[in-house]
Amino acid sequence: MQLTREEEKGLKGDYGSTMAMAYRILVAIGEATEAERLTNIKWAHLSGVNYNTIGDAGVIFLEKFTKEARVKVKTTINPMGFDRTQPNRLSKNFLTKQMNIVNSYERMGAVTSFTCIPYELFSVPNGSTISFAESNAAIFSNSMLDLFTNKESALSALASSVTGKAPYSELRKEGQRRAKFSIRSSFSPETELDWGLLGFFAGKVGTESCINFEGVFQPDLRRAKSLSAALGTSGSCGMFTVNQGGEKEVVTYDPQDAKSVKDELSTSEDGDVIILGSPQLGMNDLSCLASLVEGRKFKKRCMIFCARTVHRNASRIGIADKLVKSGCRFICDSCSCLTPLISKKETDSAITNSIKAAYYLKHSNKVAVCLKDLKTIIKDHSQ
Amino acid sequence: MNLVIKCRKIIGGSALGQALVTRQPINFLTMLDPETGIVHDSEHELYGSSLKSKVLVFPNAIGSTVGAYAFYSLKVKGLAPEAVICTNIIDIITASACAISDIPAVDMKGQPSDSTSLIKPGIRVLVDADSRCIKLSKDINL
Repeated sequence: MQLTREEEKGLKGDYGSTMAMAYRILVAIGEATEAERLTNIKWAHLSGVNYNTIGDAGVIFLEKFTKEARVKVKTTINPMGFDRTQPNRLSKNFLTKQMNIVNSYERMGAVTSFTCIPYELFSVPNGSTISFAESNAAIFSNSMLDLFTNKESALSALASSVTGKAPYSELRKEGQRRAKFSIRSSFSPETELDWGLLGFFAGKVGTESCINFEGVFQPDLRRAKSLSAALGTSGSCGMFTVNQGGEKEVVTYDPQDAKSVKDELSTSEDGDVIILGSPQLGMNDLSCLASLVEGRKFKKRCMIFCARTVHRNASRIGIADKLVKSGCRFICDSCSCLTPLISKKETDSAITNSIKAAYYLKHSNKVAVCLKDLKTIIKDHSQ
Repeated sequence: MNLVIKCRKIIGGSALGQALVTRQPINFLTMLDPETGIVHDSEHELYGSSLKSKVLVFPNAIGSTVGAYAFYSLKVKGLAPEAVICTNIIDIITASACAISDIPAVDMKGQPSDSTSLIKPGIRVLVDADSRCIKLSKDINL
């Protein structure tokens, strides 16, 4: 890979050991993805914010890294493990370590957005090159917003945030955004859950960085969000296309395949609590939910995960209040995946419409899951 | 008899270890016990195996982008593999994690698709990333 003189100096350590480490990460990824050079980015979005995911090694690493390093471009961050306005019941160790991580990101100059849907809260011009570590965000931005990123890792996006650069390779190059692999569906998925099942299947069978879907209609934003999150959960793909022409390797997908994915993740007939949000709900999702539960009340606890900004905006226009009256509880700045707020100790099983939530609840939180689409959840569990 | 397989260097260095082989990709965040370095996903082929001091031979990482931190945590705790061989094309999660953990990493891009089939579970493997080759031997002293 060809580096500029400045980049070479950074790699050699002329700008300190932290910068050298950042360049070492970028060069490794450049080699891996056969980039001929680095390119400037306009925005980095980082994962690795929740203490339950990065652990003590991550806490110490970030503390050290952010002693020197400062962001060079707009940098937003993923949800953390809890809502600062509702700290009760959590261990002192968790709270201390979690806030240590938050302080590190603040020190380096990141916007403490605590969101996994940065594409709904911030924007850059179409066609911009970015570096997104959150997988649903990378896939959604490439596929729906004409932004250019690879599916970065927590560390590579961090390296990009402090250098303002990323390898010019794979999905950052126009010519490589054509799928060579296609999933041919024998039926058109309808609900957001159906799209999630399709995404989880596709991520498992497709090893390419871009996957095409045939036999389906163009998904709207809610369905695309569900598809992106599920694709990112099961695989390494960073982008999807819909009904794109050209010769491709094809794998078929039929209702039996959808059922297999559902059977794998949905292991419970019912649940103690309803969990909405992975990815976090945006304004669009909240409006949709509010109109569906209008005049009804949930018979079980219903937890809504969203960014604080979204909650604030929803409060301003009266949607948040409506949802609270319907029995919903808002948890801001956090996400259902690996939060200590949902654990086996208190919850045996959870109901959700999210494939991503189902996967992490099952594998990390060790909670059984009942998968249903949103309309069915409301029909079955509210009156 | 020693066998030599060509590979592509991602992170330099060389290391020796026993091959821990799987055809299934790994989500480092969900499938590994961070306290022990043991694969604790009961649906994974490597269920019950420890990554510690092994040469991890697997297609690539999948899923969580935070997997890079999970892998780095193993290194900090002395539970990481000695070297990594991706039988597919190395992914960004694995490459970045190996970069900050100083773990030699190679993949099979540009090599014949069956070239890693000779790496049988349990045999001794020397990953010499700088020389772009993997040496196999049943001889413990290699």
